[in-house]
Amino acid sequence: MNTKGRFGKYGGQYVPEIVMPALNELEAAYKKYRNDPDFLNEFRFYLNEYAGRPTNLYYAKKLTEHYGKAKIFLKREDLLHTGAHKINNALGQALLAKRMGKKRIVAETGAGQHGVASATVAALFGMECHVFMGALDIERQKLNVFRMKLLGAKVIPVSSGTGTLKDATSEAIRYWATNITDTHYIIGSAVGPYPYPEMVRDFQKVIGEETRAQAMKAIGKLPDYVLACVGGGSNAIGMFYDFRNETSVKKIGVEAGGRSDANGDNAKTLSGTGIPGILHGAYSYLLQDDDGQVIEAYSISAGLDYPGVGPEHSFFKDTGIAQYVSVTDQEALDAFQRLSKIEGIIPAMESSHALAYLEKLMPETTPDQSVVVCLSGRGDKDVQMVAKALGEDIE
Amino acid sequence: MSTRIDNKMAALRAAGKKGIFIYITAGAPDVETTLRAVKEAEKAGADLIELGLPFSDPMADGPVIQTASVIALKNGMSLKKELEIMREIRKFTQIPVVGMGYINNMYHYGFEKFVKDFKEAGMDGVIVPDVPHEESGEMRRICAENDFALVEFITPGTTEDRMQETCKDAKGFVYCVSNNGVTGVKKIDYSTIGAVCANARKYTDTPLAIGFGIGSPEAAAEAAQYADAIIVGSAVVGRLIKGKEQEAMDLIAAMRAAIDAK
Repeated sequence: MNTKGRFGKYGGQYVPEIVMPALNELEAAYKKYRNDPDFLNEFRFYLNEYAGRPTNLYYAKKLTEHYGKAKIFLKREDLLHTGAHKINNALGQALLAKRMGKKRIVAETGAGQHGVASATVAALFGMECHVFMGALDIERQKLNVFRMKLLGAKVIPVSSGTGTLKDATSEAIRYWATNITDTHYIIGSAVGPYPYPEMVRDFQKVIGEETRAQAMKAIGKLPDYVLACVGGGSNAIGMFYDFRNETSVKKIGVEAGGRSDANGDNAKTLSGTGIPGILHGAYSYLLQDDDGQVIEAYSISAGLDYPGVGPEHSFFKDTGIAQYVSVTDQEALDAFQRLSKIEGIIPAMESSHALAYLEKLMPETTPDQSVVVCLSGRGDKDVQMVAKALGEDIE
Repeated sequence: MSTRIDNKMAALRAAGKKGIFIYITAGAPDVETTLRAVKEAEKAGADLIELGLPFSDPMADGPVIQTASVIALKNGMSLKKELEIMREIRKFTQIPVVGMGYINNMYHYGFEKFVKDFKEAGMDGVIVPDVPHEESGEMRRICAENDFALVEFITPGTTEDRMQETCKDAKGFVYCVSNNGVTGVKKIDYSTIGAVCANARKYTDTPLAIGFGIGSPEAAAEAAQYADAIIVGSAVVGRLIKGKEQEAMDLIAAMRAAIDAK
């Protein structure tokens, strides 16, 4: 086994030979700039001045009172420019792409948040942008499709396979392979071949670093629990990473339990029937059948229905650094409405999964404890879909 | 050594001829067609068959082979079924056959078991397009122990040091990818990969086969001048899944004639 870029045994570089020179070029650039003061200053500048960091660690007093147990804090990534944590990674990768002299950005997107973030940074830095999106997701996320077009990106529908995130990712890789010399592929989650999982995590780890400092200031100690939803797992790894050696901080990743435990009805890669396998360049847990064919994941949330997961999460699962659970579509829908009514915050359906787990977790906690939920994105994009799920006609 | 491949390539070299490798997705449009196509392709002039082992997410393949993979999987293809197909093929021909599939299927089956079972069924080697040289160390060891060729890739972007490494370990033949991108017929200037092939000759005597994009007798003849063989996939598979079997075989025969005429 090639040990480069592995998290334990997970990760690696399972890509066609065509892609290898580009991965090597990216690795070299990333190693050169990851500790370069000029690069880090520029990244920090755009995170703060353009995207709106640091994000608040908000004490959700009413939600805390609702459960009457541990204090609940929300890490407000939803307040970032473009409405989700995805902008952190998109800014970092675009700045890197610029230094590598790339003229074009290609990205895949599920819910459209990463597509919007990529289109945004492409506009900001004057690069061309192509976003691959599953045909089914285009239907589910019309608002984000239009936003990407407004930002000057080309949105390319993918109808191969089942027309969702997994197929859009394959198509983005194919496009990248075809235009490898002048194009940078901004992977939207902490997935894919090395160096992507490590690089995306590094661009997202600011979430956990801020949370640590903010918790110390607010309560004088570290939180007892940090919760984040997991599709590919970029907001979760961003939240967990700085706490990875803190055994007192329980790190819980919440996957999409979908509509049932049957194959094809959920996205429980780590918390369900997934076993290690290889998809989109990395060795990691994977939903697959008896022949090693990938099983399509399902979730009400277009950002969570991915059959794989970031390799570092697989490592965290096996080593017990983090634990992974799931909530159903219905539980997430309930949490979506609960936070809207109690706190006046409409969360993304993805983040609603993390919020939904509070129903199971809170009874086990005590008032002297504290829980941080990563509110990875805002829910405006989901309002239409939620209305439909609740039987309301707002067309 | 992978005797069937090596013997075939030695015979072609001795006769001053270039090889034609034909890719056929197992089970698309159906198993009967696959078996018949293998038989007829050999008659039309094919020297080696790449038997496509369909995967749900074929990252290195263009639309035609993606479609063929979907059809084959709907037909219930699996490595177990493909093993039976391989056994059937050996009942009527000794043409060299290499599998072409993606790592997750083989990993899930157990790579060593995959090699042993398919070798026993009569397969001569395997092409795994989503495993680059850096990740194939263990697979190379298993294949070497079982006298099963693990086909290596080079492309116009492969750097000198990596080409040297790759060529050093090449078995059976080296798959020379003609241009950036995925499988599928398109117009390509083959002199680019031609220069890469000339360079690779410095490092290996293993036969070189150019693939990706070849869809006409003219393209076949042009590409063949730079290598020991050409690989044709989408142009044949596209016709097979449309039920145009004869047209596919006529194309192979026309490619044979065009290459031999050069």
